[in-house]
Amino acid sequence: MAGMRRQQVMPGDVITSGQYRPEANTATTADGSIVSTAVGMSEIYEDTVRVIPMAGMYYPIVNDFVVAMITSHSSLAWEAEMNSCYVGFLPASDVFGRDFASSADALTSRLKKGDLIAARVANFDRTRDPLLTVADRDLGKIDAGELVRVTPGNVSRLIGKRGSMIQAIETATDSVVTIGQNGWVVISCESPDGLLKAKRAVAMIEEQSNTPNLTERVKELLSSR
Amino acid sequence: MGGRDTDIVLLDKDGLRCDGRRIDQTRRVDIKAGVLKNAHGSAYIEFGDNKILAGVFGPRDVHPKHLSDTDTGILRCRYHMSPFSVSDRKNPAPSRREIEISKVIKEALEPALILEQFPRTVVDVFMEILQADGGSRCAALSAASVALADAGIPMRDMVSACAAGKVADTIVLDVNNEEDQAGQADMPVGYMPNLDSVTLIQLDGVLTPDEYGLCMRTAIDGCRQVYEVQKRALSEKYFAGGGGRERTASMGGHTVGA
Repeated sequence: MAGMRRQQVMPGDVITSGQYRPEANTATTADGSIVSTAVGMSEIYEDTVRVIPMAGMYYPIVNDFVVAMITSHSSLAWEAEMNSCYVGFLPASDVFGRDFASSADALTSRLKKGDLIAARVANFDRTRDPLLTVADRDLGKIDAGELVRVTPGNVSRLIGKRGSMIQAIETATDSVVTIGQNGWVVISCESPDGLLKAKRAVAMIEEQSNTPNLTERVKELLSSR
Repeated sequence: MGGRDTDIVLLDKDGLRCDGRRIDQTRRVDIKAGVLKNAHGSAYIEFGDNKILAGVFGPRDVHPKHLSDTDTGILRCRYHMSPFSVSDRKNPAPSRREIEISKVIKEALEPALILEQFPRTVVDVFMEILQADGGSRCAALSAASVALADAGIPMRDMVSACAAGKVADTIVLDVNNEEDQAGQADMPVGYMPNLDSVTLIQLDGVLTPDEYGLCMRTAIDGCRQVYEVQKRALSEKYFAGGGGRERTASMGGHTVGA
């Protein structure tokens, strides 16, 4: 992170000009300036510029880990809401295996409307809706836990450097926190107090993501009784 | 030339208008971002006595499907006056005027939005006029722009709007209802301040070329003032340390060019 400069930006604000590669949530104007396209924090690195948005939906990226909610199904696939402008599709063969037969296997026997799944984006481009997969280790139906929603831009802050923030929450509250890149977080904890504290910590990170010394404040909250 | 006969003194000998403003003053502008829980983005604006709520949904699936575009997202806008927004009950069915204003606001917002990133989707903008006092299309456009930014829709720039007009043979900023009814011209302008581009311009009345130029400059100065309030409203929601908590940004009768 050495040499990185941050500032608060609004849509249209000029971040910088010159030999920088514009990345996420930026646009280049006719005069070569790089402007923000969202409300957020701009980050200027050695040769790139990007904006971490403070609002907005999740835009699917292939291989992203997401938490999604089943909303309906056809005879061949489930549809899943994933805090995105597109609906995720989970093919039945992904759950039932290669010998899936739509006439014999009822999709509702495995996943029903309202069920949460941990999935990965297997395929997505501009022409088709995101294809999800649960055929991997640690993927599939989420049996227990409480769903908490955060802004997708805050997911990296919630995870922390090398997972430090989320580890601190999990250790202090004895909970398991599943974080989807889409901003949906499932917290499962046997103790109601631990669950409440973990939810408070996540809410604090969501509300104060752009303020300094957040890690200390979260640790303070976690250590309080 | 123009204007209705009225007993009201639109501009007195001291250069003050019927509501006590100078010719280069806007009405009080308050904007609050993120006021609705269920909308993806929202804003509430008080522009003088105009009270307007804007809500944004999307990008989301297009229904009916045949409206969707495989190359880009589309924008739909609905400007609607509540039955209680004017002194006589307003029929809640969409009028010709509301359909026209919905269309011009849509066309004023489109240049600012980067909807190419979301093919096959729609962004819906709903603007509900709770109380109308002249200049409601400018106020609705300004609120819609804040609501779109609040929803995280990618934008090249914000769109700010303010009207200028001709009252008692004088070019004035931010025409109110009385001035609109009795004045000689009203010119709403939508403007992208960073890109220095006009996205909306309408003119009701007659102006000479010189008056037109002055009216345009005056309206753009007003837009720049509204832009500062828009930015402040978003900043107070997202950067005031209480992310998500709503706050109000306001401006009260600033002088253009001061």
